[in-house]
Amino acid sequence: MTDIDKTAADTGSGDDPAREGLDARLLVERGSFRLDVALTAAPGDVVALLGPNGAGKTTALRALAGLTPLSGGRLRLDGAELDGTPPESRPVGVVFQDYLLFPHLSALDNVAFGPRCQGLGKAQARALAAEWLARMGLAEHAGAKPRRLSGGQAQRVALARALAIRPRLLLLDEPLAALDARTRLDIRSQLRRHLAEFEAVAVLVTHDPLDAMVLADRLVVIEGGRVVQEGSPTHIARHPRTDYIAQLVGLNLYRGRSDGHTVRLDAGPALTTTEPLTGEVFVAFPPSAVTLHRERPTGTSARNLWRCEVSGLETHGDQIRADLGGELALAADLTTVAAAELGLHPGAEVWATVKAAQTHAYPA
Amino acid sequence: MTSSYDTSGAAADTLKGGPRRRRVRTGVRGAPLPLLVPALAGLVFLLLPLVALLVRAPWSTMPEQLTSTEVWQALRLSLLCATAATAVSLVLGVPLAWLLARTDFPGRGLVRALVTLPLVLPPVVGGVALLMALGRNGVVGQWLDSWFGITLPFTTAGVVVAEAFVAMPFLVISVEGTLRAADPRYEEAATTLGASRFTAFRRVTLPLIAPGVAAGSVLAWARALGEFGATITFAGNFPGRTQTMPLAVYLALQNDPEAAIALSLVLLAVSIAVLAGLRDRWMTAAS
Repeated sequence: MTDIDKTAADTGSGDDPAREGLDARLLVERGSFRLDVALTAAPGDVVALLGPNGAGKTTALRALAGLTPLSGGRLRLDGAELDGTPPESRPVGVVFQDYLLFPHLSALDNVAFGPRCQGLGKAQARALAAEWLARMGLAEHAGAKPRRLSGGQAQRVALARALAIRPRLLLLDEPLAALDARTRLDIRSQLRRHLAEFEAVAVLVTHDPLDAMVLADRLVVIEGGRVVQEGSPTHIARHPRTDYIAQLVGLNLYRGRSDGHTVRLDAGPALTTTEPLTGEVFVAFPPSAVTLHRERPTGTSARNLWRCEVSGLETHGDQIRADLGGELALAADLTTVAAAELGLHPGAEVWATVKAAQTHAYPA
Repeated sequence: MTSSYDTSGAAADTLKGGPRRRRVRTGVRGAPLPLLVPALAGLVFLLLPLVALLVRAPWSTMPEQLTSTEVWQALRLSLLCATAATAVSLVLGVPLAWLLARTDFPGRGLVRALVTLPLVLPPVVGGVALLMALGRNGVVGQWLDSWFGITLPFTTAGVVVAEAFVAMPFLVISVEGTLRAADPRYEEAATTLGASRFTAFRRVTLPLIAPGVAAGSVLAWARALGEFGATITFAGNFPGRTQTMPLAVYLALQNDPEAAIALSLVLLAVSIAVLAGLRDRWMTAAS
């Protein structure tokens, strides 16, 4: 867990009060749940909090917005301490998961709401709101009530409303979750553009790895209220450190002790890799690297050979994902034809092989 | 009671914009007898007195009855006091409903129960209680009298106080129900946009719960209009000053039954007008 240590060391240097951007250690205790997340980001950064349901992502977001009080830690934005500042006085904009556009106000008045609260006159606030709506390509929907907007339009109005208060921290809670698949694709690329233009810190919460990887420069993976890994999307995709992340990016992941090219897995069997390493390591390989055989293969070069039992089958596009138990728990992808030829069914016994060249080992 | 809950429910549906539930209906012929017979008996029971009122109405002398000064005086006073009592209920009741629905404090459940007490309390008891509190020698009334020279009992203001005491709980319950059904996260969204909690209430919550507030106001107004027991106990029965329609009806019944019927018909007409005003909320919302 060196990543966490690194984070702690990073934030330790955040004592410089003039430091721009976000510097936070969020401690929230509620009943038996404990959130302890350190977050730092420079202006212009887009950070994604990624994690399973109940990991504490939304709690972290609410704490940043001031909607949930901190039990401890600190929260600094552009050098100013925000802990104890009520939400209405924080330079923080929030795009809520279901947008929470005020149903009785038009799109224009929804966007003008923030500037009005900041003391702008009605006409000025409306002019500013019209500008934001135009920027979002929604000029012709300015007079529409939220219930007459499509999901994608509502999302953009919510984004305009949050940006119109010129926040120094923009928070987005599952910004694309409420959209259907087709709109999502379109809105995702638009959101990416708007986030790229945004000059301050943006933090978004999502459980969708694709959203996180497309939208964010940096991922912070949270499980059980703690940061389990953080880094660039490509780094995390290549070097997952928990089963959750491995599943998200579609990899089989094992932890073990390596001695040269052989890794003795914590799960039991040994595994041969191409990278020579010593000490605690992770080994990962994609389900497509697994080959299944009916009989014990003879004359194969694969040294990674395990006797397994099919525990479940699932269709993934034109592929079949087989969940295997037995000597080693793993996921294997194969074509429908291959699955039929092998006569796969839950409970069937198979042999699984993985070429060493298709595995990837890295220090834990 | 039930009607106030109905309102909040209907308001809740409106707020959520949820789909209206479809109900399975059959013809009256399909209704089982053990339900149909008492249902029809109940219907007759409720309608018969109203029909009797119309049957016995002195239609020939009606114009004179209704144009008498006393009738107009009483009607004017009734409408005025009921409206004022509703206004008092709104100003005090909506914030109270907000407090009950949106904040948490020790004894909140007890406070809520106490607020609804006037709903079940016999109005005469309410009148006596008001005298003990605000009467010339009352717990607070004696100070009002000696410090500010304000006397409430047996004045028009006293009528408003008595009516508001009885009517406000209807409004509080109705508005509280609507508030509970409204999503509090809209208020959170407003605060993240820089609105103080009061601004969030005024510009976001209040418009959202407006249908519930309107329904609660009509309920409170109707209750205030019909108020008898607390009014006569606390404010007395002085024509032109504290004699509202219900008091006038009761008094007339002893001296001039025909006048009582005429006055009753006026109140019936007002009630029907209120019902017609609420038609969209109750009669169609339930169908």
